[in-house]
Amino acid sequence: MDRVPLERKVLSENDRLAAELRERFQEHGVLCLNIISSPGSGKTSLLESTLASLPRNDHVAVLTGDIQTENDANRLKRFHFPVKQITTGGTCHLDARMIQRHLEDWKLEDIDLLLIENVGNLVCPSSYDLGEAAKIVVLSVTEGEDKPLKYPSIFFKSSLLVLSKIDLLPYVPFDIEAAAENARKVHPEMEIVKVSCLTGNGLHEWLMWLEEKRRVHQPLQKSTT
Amino acid sequence: MHEMGIANSVLEAVRTEMTRYPGMYPCKVGVRIGEMAAIDQDALRFCFEAIILDTDLASLELGIEVCPRRHRCQACTEEFVVRDYNSRCPKCSSLETTCVSGDELELAYLEVEEYGPSTVGAKSPQ
Repeated sequence: MDRVPLERKVLSENDRLAAELRERFQEHGVLCLNIISSPGSGKTSLLESTLASLPRNDHVAVLTGDIQTENDANRLKRFHFPVKQITTGGTCHLDARMIQRHLEDWKLEDIDLLLIENVGNLVCPSSYDLGEAAKIVVLSVTEGEDKPLKYPSIFFKSSLLVLSKIDLLPYVPFDIEAAAENARKVHPEMEIVKVSCLTGNGLHEWLMWLEEKRRVHQPLQKSTT
Repeated sequence: MHEMGIANSVLEAVRTEMTRYPGMYPCKVGVRIGEMAAIDQDALRFCFEAIILDTDLASLELGIEVCPRRHRCQACTEEFVVRDYNSRCPKCSSLETTCVSGDELELAYLEVEEYGPSTVGAKSPQ
């Protein structure tokens, strides 16, 4: 019997497509962010608040993933930015091929910021690179503050933790400092913002983070086009 | 539950690799999974066994090597395994440590065997 070394990624095909996407995003100065959370943590609400705060002529586009329905795209289309629903039909995560396919009839030179809302799932999306510049994980205060310890992969791979629904803090036994501490146990460099999309509390910090990411991304932007 | 997709990718890789070994069949494929990779071993094994059932690769074995999260200390370069999320350097107590492994999802090796008269359970190419 012979043993031959393989030494490559299991998801090498997805990684290849993601690398292609990343290259195209860089070439066209697109900042791509991949937003991940459990179902119901408030990804769509965060996007609604974000889109509502951006100027109408901003070059922002959204891809939103769900297993079924166009509901999220319909919610987000109200803000007059290009929005496309990715319906996975059962698959519990988005992959690079789905992103590539749904970008086909959009011109990347017309997009500065591409926000991807992943399928609500804290496990599987963490394995699939979508070519994003950063992953963002959303955790609401109605969940457990030990979630970063229970689902370490996504907290380990995300640059930013958005603690959402903080308007509910007076009514739930959620220790927000313990949640932040747990996230930093898994990922010491994790940046954290605390927001309520209902009251607008903390949204400023989130928008500042976004603004800073876009500013840092700027040097490459449109310089090649 | 994305282990079915992972299992499919492993099997595809085996089939692709086997085109380089005519006259041989695969006995075992080895994968490396980091403990931060969000892959459940049992689920992966279950899916793998389900998709090879009643195929020409029904006897293919899946070897799983689990890789712990390892950090390297920026101060003293010590490399150590992180347990219970404690990423402090055990040698110099520095907290300035960076992750060097633990999120692997890799194909490690393939064991291949020649078809022979005594080969049981594998289809001959002839």
